[in-house]
Amino acid sequence: MLWLIPILPLLGAALNGVFGKRLSKTLITSIAVGSVALSFLVAVREFLTMLSLPESQLPILTDYFTWIQAGRFQAQFGFMLDHLSGLMILIVTGVGFLIHVYSAGYMAREEGFYRYFAYLNLFVFFMLTLVLADNYLLMFVGWEGVGLCSYLLIGFWFTRKSAADAGKKAFIVNRVGDFGFILAIMLIYWTFERIDFQGVFSRLGEASDFAVEPLGSVGVLTAIGLLLFLGAAGKSAQFPLYVWLPDAMEGPTPVSALIHAATMVTAGVYMVARSAAIYNHAPGALLVVAVVGAFTAIFAASIGLVQTDIKRVLAYSTVSQLGYMFLACGAGAYAAAMFHLMTHAFFKALLFLAAGSVIHGMGGIQDIRKMGGLRRVMPWTHKTFLVGTLAIAGIPPLAGFFSKDAALWAAWNDANYGKLLWLVGVIAASFTSFYMFRLLILTFYGSPCYTEQDVHHVHESPNSILIPLIVLAACSIVAGFAGVPPVLGGDNHIQQFLTPAAHEAKSESLGTTAVELTLMAISTGAALAGAGLAYLFYVVRPALPERLSVQAHSMYSIMLNKYYVDEIYDSVVVWPVVRMSGEFLWKFVDAFMIDGAVNGIGRLVRGSGAGLRHMQSGYVRTYAGWILLGGVLVIAWFLK
Amino acid sequence: MNLATINIAAILPTLVLSVVGIVVMVAEPFVGEQKKSNLGWLAFAGTLAAMLSLVPMANNRGQWYSNLWIVDDYDVFLDFIFLLIAAITILTSMDFLRREELNHPEFYSLLLFATAGMLMMAASNELVMVFLGLEILSIATYVMAGFRRADLKSNESALKYFLLGSFSSAFFLYGIALIFGATGSTNLLAIADALRSSKIQISLVSLSAALILIALCFKVAVAPFHVWTPDVYEGAPTPVTGFMSVGPKAAGFAVLFRVFLTAFPSIEDRWGSAIWMVAALTMILGNVIAVVQPNIKRMLAYSSIAHAGYVAVAFAATSDRGVSAALFYLLAYSLMNLGAFAMVTIISRKEDKLVNVTDYAGLGSKRPGLAAVLSLFMLSLAGVPGTAGFAGKFFIFRAALESRLVWLAIIGVVTTVISFYYYLSVIVQMYMREPHDEFSDVRLCGSLKFALVISAAGTLYLGLLPTRVLDWTTTAALR
Amino acid sequence: MLETWVPVLIFFILVAGFGTVSLVLSYAFGPKKPDARKLSPYECGMRPIGSARERFSVKFYLVAMLFLLFDIEAVFLFPWAVVYRDLKLFGFFEMLLFIVVILAGYIYAWKKGALEWER
Repeated sequence: MLWLIPILPLLGAALNGVFGKRLSKTLITSIAVGSVALSFLVAVREFLTMLSLPESQLPILTDYFTWIQAGRFQAQFGFMLDHLSGLMILIVTGVGFLIHVYSAGYMAREEGFYRYFAYLNLFVFFMLTLVLADNYLLMFVGWEGVGLCSYLLIGFWFTRKSAADAGKKAFIVNRVGDFGFILAIMLIYWTFERIDFQGVFSRLGEASDFAVEPLGSVGVLTAIGLLLFLGAAGKSAQFPLYVWLPDAMEGPTPVSALIHAATMVTAGVYMVARSAAIYNHAPGALLVVAVVGAFTAIFAASIGLVQTDIKRVLAYSTVSQLGYMFLACGAGAYAAAMFHLMTHAFFKALLFLAAGSVIHGMGGIQDIRKMGGLRRVMPWTHKTFLVGTLAIAGIPPLAGFFSKDAALWAAWNDANYGKLLWLVGVIAASFTSFYMFRLLILTFYGSPCYTEQDVHHVHESPNSILIPLIVLAACSIVAGFAGVPPVLGGDNHIQQFLTPAAHEAKSESLGTTAVELTLMAISTGAALAGAGLAYLFYVVRPALPERLSVQAHSMYSIMLNKYYVDEIYDSVVVWPVVRMSGEFLWKFVDAFMIDGAVNGIGRLVRGSGAGLRHMQSGYVRTYAGWILLGGVLVIAWFLK
Repeated sequence: MNLATINIAAILPTLVLSVVGIVVMVAEPFVGEQKKSNLGWLAFAGTLAAMLSLVPMANNRGQWYSNLWIVDDYDVFLDFIFLLIAAITILTSMDFLRREELNHPEFYSLLLFATAGMLMMAASNELVMVFLGLEILSIATYVMAGFRRADLKSNESALKYFLLGSFSSAFFLYGIALIFGATGSTNLLAIADALRSSKIQISLVSLSAALILIALCFKVAVAPFHVWTPDVYEGAPTPVTGFMSVGPKAAGFAVLFRVFLTAFPSIEDRWGSAIWMVAALTMILGNVIAVVQPNIKRMLAYSSIAHAGYVAVAFAATSDRGVSAALFYLLAYSLMNLGAFAMVTIISRKEDKLVNVTDYAGLGSKRPGLAAVLSLFMLSLAGVPGTAGFAGKFFIFRAALESRLVWLAIIGVVTTVISFYYYLSVIVQMYMREPHDEFSDVRLCGSLKFALVISAAGTLYLGLLPTRVLDWTTTAALR
Repeated sequence: MLETWVPVLIFFILVAGFGTVSLVLSYAFGPKKPDARKLSPYECGMRPIGSARERFSVKFYLVAMLFLLFDIEAVFLFPWAVVYRDLKLFGFFEMLLFIVVILAGYIYAWKKGALEWER
């Protein structure tokens, strides 16, 4: 039955893609939403079946057919269900279902309605293939597939140049990461002579020739780990490959919620957690993961502090939160990373969808400086957005508190630079809290900064938009209780649940209970401080930010311009490549050398063809002559 | 010989084809004008029945009828190809015959007899038997080439094919006579045994091998014995051209492999290098001359010569891997080439006249479905990855490299690149030229659709999932 | 092995030699007194009308071919009849099959009207 989970959305995509033009909107919606809903139900059923099995029978492996066989190389088309992929299929189909419902209301008046749903369903199919795959190559197929769908959906409004450019940017930046992933797969095959997860991990577990490579040495496993992480950094928007994600906000908002917040961008985290066995043998690679994760977390959060576009703030927030997940992975706490992945999927999808509801109600305005006071006009949107803000800021007892804390605690316990990573994480957390409350206050509180002339008829969104918001808000409140740590009287279900699948090294807890509680208090304090600062800046003394931006002008403008990273890339990478290809490759190599050679050979072939056709006189006697000549030559050769 | 030694199952497919062929022929004068198409379906059913009877035949492996007849995996696989060719050709011809007012069901009888001849060739273990099959095939094909009796070109085609075919048959017969003189037998295994003993006049044996090789090279149309092909293919009715470009060719290769690898392995040093040169020459000539052909039937004729060259590369490899690659290629080539000719049949329309490449201009915008299918066949013939043509060429070149025929593989790849030019020119016409024709009189009836679906599905299947068929050909190649 | 065929070779030489010798002798010693009538083609003693290279109706060929087919069938029957007793039942059925196939062809030719001169 496992195959049914991805096949259903594929079927939906095929139906809508092929016949969508002729179908009514109701039918298109039912097909798209229905297929994902069914897929979700099947996923739940499979998940429960998996839970009922004893641990020795896991993972559930199903091979459907041999996909590629070339010599000793073999790739199966097969799925693997264990705790890790089980959690992912629930998130993908569950959140995916809610966002499909939301889209039905949000996209109702769009041209190409069917095209949108066909892409969205196709995305769900590829995402499920990615998480269910039982080998790296099949995972790569899903990986590329979601990249394709992401490209198509970012550029959904392809008549807008900025949208088309953003799609291209996402695709090209991702290529850099994919390049690393492909090299990693080749290196894995070269090292282990197989590419299925179980086979690779069991060889790692048994053979003594794969010792843990000490920190500082770069062996083959470290190389694999680094290359895999390059792939993950591309897909999950980590420094320095994060640049595509903020631009990806050109796509429709539900797409940002599903693909660029809840699911696709977490594929990198999933891949690293899936490859835990490799990373545990390569502490050097793990350290890189942790450092890049922590740096991205604070770097992106600092950019988020000053952005004014509601979706861009959320985009940088996503980059920053993904950084937390990699920080946890890098500290060897894969379960904590997956925990944060799950809670983040809920509250970030919620925030995006609520932002979408705001944009919808405001008739397309995204600048938070032109909003304000929406609390009264959009009460439900406001309430759910508030929940999302509290959750992401890490205010107990909402989901974000527990998961972020698990990640930070893991960082603290990391033997290498753990304390420093923790400190970076806490500062980033206070940043997060600040920009989220800033967003909340500017959007929903105070007095409206728009006039009726600018925006007609600001209104609350319809039910198909609000219901997913409410469901996600509920999840954002309760999801954290899956991982209440022992010091707070819980037993950390999710940690125990994921440990067998995540190959987690049993951590010998370094810190004591007192330390843990202290750290928790500090991080909560940081969150509250950020919130308080936002309150001070935007409610108590609204003139303060203005003064600050003038006084610390250089710092402010660097952050507002996103540290000029895009400009640096343009001048260091894009411009030289364009010049090189325009002046040298195109005009000289292609137009002169290659075209010249091709045309020359073409003329040569045509000329000799025209000459040789004179063999064909049309007379039988000539033909018999040729045959005789050939016969004489063959006989002579035989009798030589 | 007595009744007990008769093994019906071993010859069942051939028997079925012959009986159905005779029934169709005898029934023809008794059937009214309206119901003549039904005989076409009867013939089609005959090929299907013959395909089914491959199962009992496959269960009767071994040598039968005084070792004249051999049943092995090689035989079964080739028979499958032949029957598939016959079935698709029947489906393609039905509408054609009606359209051209040539609705004489004798056509189907001839086709079935020709196919029976091919089955005999694949199953013969004996040179005289091979000759018998060859003649049954050839005579039926001569008639089919001239089936459009009132058309001068068709007559020309039949006469040229007949004259030159007889010429090559003489080579074959002379070869048989000499080998009998040298070894005292025409049985392939007996010849091989005799050649192992040292008392044989090696020059006599070489001469007869050369003569047999020449005759079969004529049949499969490899250079320099290909000169008849373009004229004959151009004049023959299009479905017949399709049949001729795959059926006799596959049967000829079936015999070439069997005769030379069974009977003459001990003088491989003589014929191996000859095949090398023939293959290289064929690939170069076929592909280069095809580039300048404005007539699509002539273009496909040269393309079929070129493809025979690729199969000859597999032959030159003289390994099991080579035979298996050749078998795979024959199946792939049959499917895509029959598909291409079915499309040519459709587009040529009344009188079979519109056969220039420029007649395809704008097909892509007027009839996108047909254009897409034809593009698939063209891409497959060119050998684009994902299609049967690519998989086939890949296996052949791999076999060549394993047998250290590096230069032959290089020539093959280079000429494949040349072939892209003329295959893609059809696609260019269809999609990038303005239509000067509405294509409104292009009719597509059920049987033709069926033929196209089989060929297209087969082309894609072999291209995307070649493993299963390759496994089959690998077992078929083990002797 | 080839030695056994030496008499045949001698026979071939004798035949060819005899033909050549007689032709050469008659050419060398025969009297030659040509006139116009002698050099004209012989046509039952009548004066020739038109060209001798006339086109024959295709019907003649059809009849000739049919004759050839059934004639060959009859030829096959002779050796079969000689060894009929040795072949026993197998021979009987085998020939029956052969004749049935030929008969099918005969029926076909008949129904198609190949045996009627005027159509």
